[in-house]
Amino acid sequence: MVRSDFLQRFLAFGALIVLILFFQVWCVLIGTNFLTFENFVNILVATAVVGIMALGETFVVITGGIDLSVGTVMTISMVMTAVAITSQHLPVPVGILVGILTGGLMGLANGVLIARFRIAPFIATLGILNVARGLSLVITQTRPIYFPNNPEFQSGVMGNLFGLKISGEFGFPNIAIIMFGAALVAAFMLGKTALGRYTFALGSNEEAARLSGVNVANWKMLVYVVCGLFAGLAGVLSAARLGSAQPATGFGYELSAISAVVIGGTSLSGGEGTILGTIIGAFIVYVLTYGLQFVNVAQEWQIVVTGGVLIAAVYIDNLRRRQRV
Amino acid sequence: MTEPLVVMQGILKDFPGVHALVDCRFELLPGEVHALVGENGAGKSTLMKILGGVYKRDAGVITYKGAPVEIPNVANAQRLGISMVHQELNLMNHLTVAQNIFIGREPRAHGIPLVLDEGGLNDLAAALFERLHLRLDPTRRAGSLTVAGQQMVEIAKALSFNSSVLIMDEPTAALTDTEIDELFRIIRELRGQGVGVVHISHRLQELKQISDRITVMRDGRYIDTIGTADAKIEQIISMMVGRTIFEAVPEVPEKTNPEVVLEVRNLNRGSAIRDVSFSVHRGEIVGIAGLVGAGRTEVARAVFGADPIDSGEIFVHGKKVKISGPIDAVHHGIGYLSEDRKRYGLALGLSVETNIVMASLKRFVSRLGIVRSALTRSAAELQVQNLAIKTPSLNQRVRNLSGGTQQKVVVGKWLTADTEILIFDEPTRGIDVGAKSEIYHLLNALAHEGKAIVMISSDLPEILRMSHRVVVMCEGRVTGELTAAEATQEKIMTFATQREAAA
Repeated sequence: MVRSDFLQRFLAFGALIVLILFFQVWCVLIGTNFLTFENFVNILVATAVVGIMALGETFVVITGGIDLSVGTVMTISMVMTAVAITSQHLPVPVGILVGILTGGLMGLANGVLIARFRIAPFIATLGILNVARGLSLVITQTRPIYFPNNPEFQSGVMGNLFGLKISGEFGFPNIAIIMFGAALVAAFMLGKTALGRYTFALGSNEEAARLSGVNVANWKMLVYVVCGLFAGLAGVLSAARLGSAQPATGFGYELSAISAVVIGGTSLSGGEGTILGTIIGAFIVYVLTYGLQFVNVAQEWQIVVTGGVLIAAVYIDNLRRRQRV
Repeated sequence: MTEPLVVMQGILKDFPGVHALVDCRFELLPGEVHALVGENGAGKSTLMKILGGVYKRDAGVITYKGAPVEIPNVANAQRLGISMVHQELNLMNHLTVAQNIFIGREPRAHGIPLVLDEGGLNDLAAALFERLHLRLDPTRRAGSLTVAGQQMVEIAKALSFNSSVLIMDEPTAALTDTEIDELFRIIRELRGQGVGVVHISHRLQELKQISDRITVMRDGRYIDTIGTADAKIEQIISMMVGRTIFEAVPEVPEKTNPEVVLEVRNLNRGSAIRDVSFSVHRGEIVGIAGLVGAGRTEVARAVFGADPIDSGEIFVHGKKVKISGPIDAVHHGIGYLSEDRKRYGLALGLSVETNIVMASLKRFVSRLGIVRSALTRSAAELQVQNLAIKTPSLNQRVRNLSGGTQQKVVVGKWLTADTEILIFDEPTRGIDVGAKSEIYHLLNALAHEGKAIVMISSDLPEILRMSHRVVVMCEGRVTGELTAAEATQEKIMTFATQREAAA
């Protein structure tokens, strides 16, 4: 079992390397270079928001559920952060907290619908997806909110570690450090805490967990809250990155997040998954998106490829499980 | 007189369309092993699930250690000191053995509220196994254990609560004789410590060995409680079924029909199946005996095409056939009745009728793809009558039926599909005496009609009673073949334990 886990992670990691080399060959053929520090930084920055979202999604998928709302929950968190900082004139740290908690609140809504009212996760989170999306548009009156008075918010998140520049204008971006930090927290929660243990237990055999005296409903609710909190953090970072809250973004990000989770080896049927896998999965998704953009493939085609990758990942997940029977 | 640990009185429970329990009584003393018997659907499991906090009662009083109690959920029952081993395996396959046993009560690292101490957890499990003299690896994934291994994990888990009341719902169904002896040793030890043990089982011989008192239930009602020492097995059976039945051992007819219907040659699959060959004649019941893990189910699944094989040939009526999946198997007239009916044999959420026509739906579909419901209805009706399937209606969901009745639905499914070769995997596992003899009658009738039957069973008397020939397996190999006349329990056990080193 341990060996196959290792193999799985190695497989995703191997795929990432192959993908990078693929783009490098493509770039050489058209006379440019893919393996530059600039591209490395750009990919890190591009991966961070959805990468963090995917961390929370990993918990949900391991329980055998799915959260389709992470994309627009990210949006409403972004909007609430902006509202707190601009129209309410609250300090930036409070605005950040408001954003993260908004995500947690939306996660709680998902959790209550799923664990208490026993609505199928697919439908419950699809509903919340639209609730969050609509609320974002209502609150902002469909217009972006900018932060002209708080440049430190954007520079803090998008700046470099210790302000160091490694190559030209580029240093190691703080947003990537935040992602790796969040990943460590998530890995600890999944591997070492009661929440993580019950996340696996729910996905492996929910009835067995119930018969063992585990409060299945509460833990499941908490898993969705955790997922919402990560989406909230993603929203805060997204607001900082864009220097504004964009009420029309976010929709569709959930597919990238779910792709990252599944590519990373987390089984859609529940019971198994890793945070490291999800991070590698997120990089695969964004190396692919960024790479296609870099070699000038039309954006419309990038969307098609993203959909194809999700389907391929789920198919590989099926194959993997069939082998084990 | 000692004060009872548990007194249940006037217990009533309704499920949609059925009175599961009517005015039920039960009493458990400290330091007693109390057997609960009754036919399938008699309500034994339901009554105990109420005590274990799985179901809520609709009426009645439960007194525990002298005080009336409410047991709204499992956690509550565990806190009170009541733990239960369920009939179905309830493990989280992706978690380790230790994680399964201590789920919900994991030790915390350095007392930090949410952080788990995995090392401490494994130590706890190791200490528990030490105490129970079990050889289990705490860090092994539960899903990788054999059924018997998983059963032992469940039992160890129930014992880990140090409960005053331990309920075991057919704990021995999947265990070998040695493992049963081991379990009984543990039960006797608990009894010595004043624990009250409820033991639900269909193996009446076994109850004579281990229990102090026997309570009989029938049709959701309490019938009587008697001391085991005074009870005769015939008496218990007649109380269970409400009539006296004669359980005479039928003569196995010595049939020598030369027509070979199924022949398996040199089947191989990893280390699970090693060079297995056997044949089944028309009208013959071939019993496959062996210990749990001998590879019997694996052979059945491979012949049925459910698992891929590495090499080997299968002949049906002398013609070599290629079976790469269950579709091919059904096409060649092979039906498989899994030991795990609920997982592999039935669509639990669907009706009796739908399940019965499931394997042969093609026959009931018009050219436009519309199911001819009048035909499916009459086909299902036929099986319900033939097999005496106890169901309120054809529309009843299979989930709501008892184990024996569910087994009959599976049989009905394959009979409807006109299969000629039937592979029964533990056909009477978890089935009570009355229904058991019905299943035996059925097997004999099917053989008489000319079907070729393979019967895998861990129950040696069953193998001896039913089989025309016995194939014995050990560690993936066929270690012996005996005719009905030659076969004895001793000979079978000798072959069944003939490991490679000794061979």
